[in-house]
Amino acid sequence: MKPLVVVGASLAGMSAVQSMRSGGYAGPVVVLDSSPEMPHDRPPLSKQVLAGEWDLDRAGLPMARNMSELDVDLRLGVSAVGLDPDSLQLSLSDGSTISAAGIVIATGSVPRQIPGEVPSGVFVLRTGADSLALRDELDRGPERVLVIGAGFIGAEVAATCRGRGLEVTMVEATEVPLQRVLPADLGSFVADLHRNNGVDVRLGVGLDSFLADASGAVRGVTLTDGCEIAAQVVLIGIGAVPEVSWLEDSGLALLPPQEGGGIRCDESLRAAPKVLAAGDCASWPNGSFNGERMRVEQWESALEQGTHAGKQMLFEIGAGEDPGAFSTVPWFWSDQYDAKIQMAGRADPGDEVHVVDGSVAEGRFVALFKRGDECRAALGVNRPRLAIRARMKLAETLAWDSMLELFDQ
Amino acid sequence: MKIKYDRDLCQGHNRCYLLAPELFDVDDDGYAVLLVDGEVPADLQEKANLAADNCPEYAITLVE
Repeated sequence: MKPLVVVGASLAGMSAVQSMRSGGYAGPVVVLDSSPEMPHDRPPLSKQVLAGEWDLDRAGLPMARNMSELDVDLRLGVSAVGLDPDSLQLSLSDGSTISAAGIVIATGSVPRQIPGEVPSGVFVLRTGADSLALRDELDRGPERVLVIGAGFIGAEVAATCRGRGLEVTMVEATEVPLQRVLPADLGSFVADLHRNNGVDVRLGVGLDSFLADASGAVRGVTLTDGCEIAAQVVLIGIGAVPEVSWLEDSGLALLPPQEGGGIRCDESLRAAPKVLAAGDCASWPNGSFNGERMRVEQWESALEQGTHAGKQMLFEIGAGEDPGAFSTVPWFWSDQYDAKIQMAGRADPGDEVHVVDGSVAEGRFVALFKRGDECRAALGVNRPRLAIRARMKLAETLAWDSMLELFDQ
Repeated sequence: MKIKYDRDLCQGHNRCYLLAPELFDVDDDGYAVLLVDGEVPADLQEKANLAADNCPEYAITLVE
């Protein structure tokens, strides 16, 4: 019997496996992952694990806790290097091939790197091993940590380092943190949050070059404005790119970066018959947002898409009901210092912003993003209950008036 | 059926509130609050199962 093959053992892939099993599929399942160890749950890697509060073991993926029940042929350290959607053949990095009954692609994304050679002491943060390597350096008590990029990874690492009592400089190339997502006054809130917690925040400047000592260890950087900053540890947090390069010759449709990147899927996350994608690498028309094509790099979306892909796969092979189209309201949160930042939906810099609860000045607010007569997104800072209720409302309707009613009570 | 919720394990994913708002609320810090004391009403048992199955931190347990 040909197996169902899941490429990627992180949240999306393992959610797909769990969903196939809970859907009653008892046949063979192969799970591949390029990582030699079982991938971890990522949110704690920039927070509790990096802070030294948790052992890495505690940051296991939820569904990996009952791995034996899932009964999978888990092949760690083996990646897929090619896929033929017609024959459902996968070529693997160990030279072998698998003939599959169906394939779920959940290869996620990889951190965007600085081009060229970098000195030692320069880190990215994606995996459990990355988190431990960075933590070891922090344990040595560097005089200053430099964070390049004020996105969520960079901002959380900066906050964790401050929590450890370390001096931190955070450099962001745009004038306002999260400029692609947030309007200027809200983005300034993020910069102020870090400044108020003792971070040296530099906006509108980029990395020019690294400074290294004779042994090749980083000693700081030169910025594009000519400033030199001495630092013994550097974290690069400049985003991620979907890991789909292995599919370039597959014949599957891959989207260019200007169209959001990733694998072009239909509304059911199908890239081809019996070939599905889930998580960071999947782009699909989202029914919750008028069928707009989206690719979402968020925890909850990875879990939901993986779960859907598992059900969809059973339907594709005639072993389950049609789960229908996949739609979701993107949702993430980030904990930085005493601020719980939560966002539902998809904001665009062109949206009108309405603060409908609290105020930016007091650091507790809900902001809604309006385009035409629709509410496109809701951002909550230290307003968790309202933020999640706004998310539930967006799942129901994007109508602006309906959202406002939630805040008129 | 009884439902138990462990605040120490909760990481504030709020999936329980999303799936079973009759059983869970969210407090000011973003953590779940259990709305029923002990016994789950018969008509909410399915939702209780859903909440427990979907808690990524295994903070919700059901006792028959």
